[in-house]
Amino acid sequence: MHTLKRFVQNNWVGYLFITPWLVGLIGLSAFPMGFSLYLAFTSYDLFSAPKWIGLGNFIEMFHDPKYTGSVGVTLHYVLIAVPLSLLFALAVALLLNKGIRGLRIYRAIYYVPSLFGGSVAVALLWRQLFGGEGLLNSLLHLLGIEGMNWIATPGTALYTLILLSTWQFGSAMVIFLAGLKQIPHDLYESARIDGAGTWKQFANITLPLLTPILFFNLVMQIIHAFQAFTPAFIVSGGTGGPLNSTLFYTLYLYQKGFAQFQMGYAAAMAWMLLCTIAVVTSLLFATSRTWVYYQE
Amino acid sequence: MVKSKASKYALHVFIIAGCVIMIYPLLWMFVSSFKPTTDIFTNTSLIPQSVTWDNYRQGWAGLSGVTFGTFFLNTFLLVGLCIVGNLISCSMAAYAFGRLRFFMKRAFFAIMLATLMLPFHVTVIPQYIMFNTFGWVNTYLPLVLPKFLGTEAFFIFLIVQFIRSLPRELDQAAEIDGCGPIKMYWYIMIPLTVPALMTTSLFTFIWTWNDFFSQLLYISNIERFPIALALRMFTDSLGDNNWGALFAMSILSLVPVFCVFIFFQKYLIEGISTGALKG
Repeated sequence: MHTLKRFVQNNWVGYLFITPWLVGLIGLSAFPMGFSLYLAFTSYDLFSAPKWIGLGNFIEMFHDPKYTGSVGVTLHYVLIAVPLSLLFALAVALLLNKGIRGLRIYRAIYYVPSLFGGSVAVALLWRQLFGGEGLLNSLLHLLGIEGMNWIATPGTALYTLILLSTWQFGSAMVIFLAGLKQIPHDLYESARIDGAGTWKQFANITLPLLTPILFFNLVMQIIHAFQAFTPAFIVSGGTGGPLNSTLFYTLYLYQKGFAQFQMGYAAAMAWMLLCTIAVVTSLLFATSRTWVYYQE
Repeated sequence: MVKSKASKYALHVFIIAGCVIMIYPLLWMFVSSFKPTTDIFTNTSLIPQSVTWDNYRQGWAGLSGVTFGTFFLNTFLLVGLCIVGNLISCSMAAYAFGRLRFFMKRAFFAIMLATLMLPFHVTVIPQYIMFNTFGWVNTYLPLVLPKFLGTEAFFIFLIVQFIRSLPRELDQAAEIDGCGPIKMYWYIMIPLTVPALMTTSLFTFIWTWNDFFSQLLYISNIERFPIALALRMFTDSLGDNNWGALFAMSILSLVPVFCVFIFFQKYLIEGISTGALKG
């Protein structure tokens, strides 16, 4: 009894303060995760009771061309959009870090697309920019080039979305800039005294000291890109078209779960996504030991 | 660091050219919202030949008798509730993780960090089923309640980092003066963490304002539509015929987020940076 009393005395305040979070963790994360894991092995339409079908959903996935297609589209998107964003973010951060005047204003302007990028309004704007009668075609027309409907063409639709994602490189750039500011100045000075040129300074000082930031940005952008939804949904009008060329993984998950009410299948898809993200991030963490440089 | 004057100017020109490319689409949308719809596509220039407010008047009238005034009020209500929820739940949890001692604290902290990486699609289906059973679909509860239960671990982490950077002497002095942990939270931690709480509020504002997926799932009654859903519905009902009105409302929908950015840039930029640097 005595130890119990002491235990309560020592811990009640802490538990009082984490109670909202703990209730959320159990009620909105842990329990739902368990529940969706169960659903992944069932056939469930929200109206009749879930029916256990074992690995049925997972087997069906591999025979579902729309599923494999959506995996392809998403990988394609992640593999191009993430490196492009990081490249632009790093390049512009390096330019802005040259001690120029007006840094705050420039930084703000480059950040603005990230501020609005995820919104429906910008997705609608994109649909107009690259549509058949869109701004891009009007500009091309001025140059005497005949445009096309970039959104409605299977070969280009995904690239308009990649462009939309790259356009939002500002948030990664802000993080790079903050990282660049933390690199001590005297490192560059002693490098100059030793006769190191701009390129050598970049390769031997800036880049290694920036690898933790690069790593952080890489992980965050990848996780983010795997879950992209709004732009594809709005630009394609919810279909993932043309010819499923913008059928992102999460968009297909939405269609399966909330339009066709195949919730078991959608839950299985969600778990596949979770596993993929977990595997990709752990692989990144594993390789990080070889290329991320942590200062003591 | 830049050597000659000429190269300095070249650098500025280069950076400004980049800026123009970056914001040209947004500026063009802004300008187009004042052009007659027939002009929007034929005219790529940023200076309209004639300025008209028709697009705004038409757009504001909204859909099936519900004006954009309602959509804006709905969004502000939603955003306000989410901010309050995040401030309460995240600051409480952060105080516990940052300053208090309790059983399993390390384990809970690790779990909290792990949930940062959890794609929310894994929980969204069972959550929908739960909220549907409770009869909460078509209310704001599914969108707001999670915030009161600290599901946005990013903000907990942000505030914990901030609390850890505060000098311990303050708490010790307060403790000697007989200040208990609950008073300590209210009278010392809340006032001292105001910058982190500002960042939390601002990001909650922007993210909730821009959110689409969860609104799409839960809200189907047009009178309860927030802006994002209204805009999407607007395109579906007008088709691609009335881009003018659509642009006008899109621009209006971006204004609040833009204002938040202009007035509180410092907190936002710092918030983005600290997450990465101290992590």
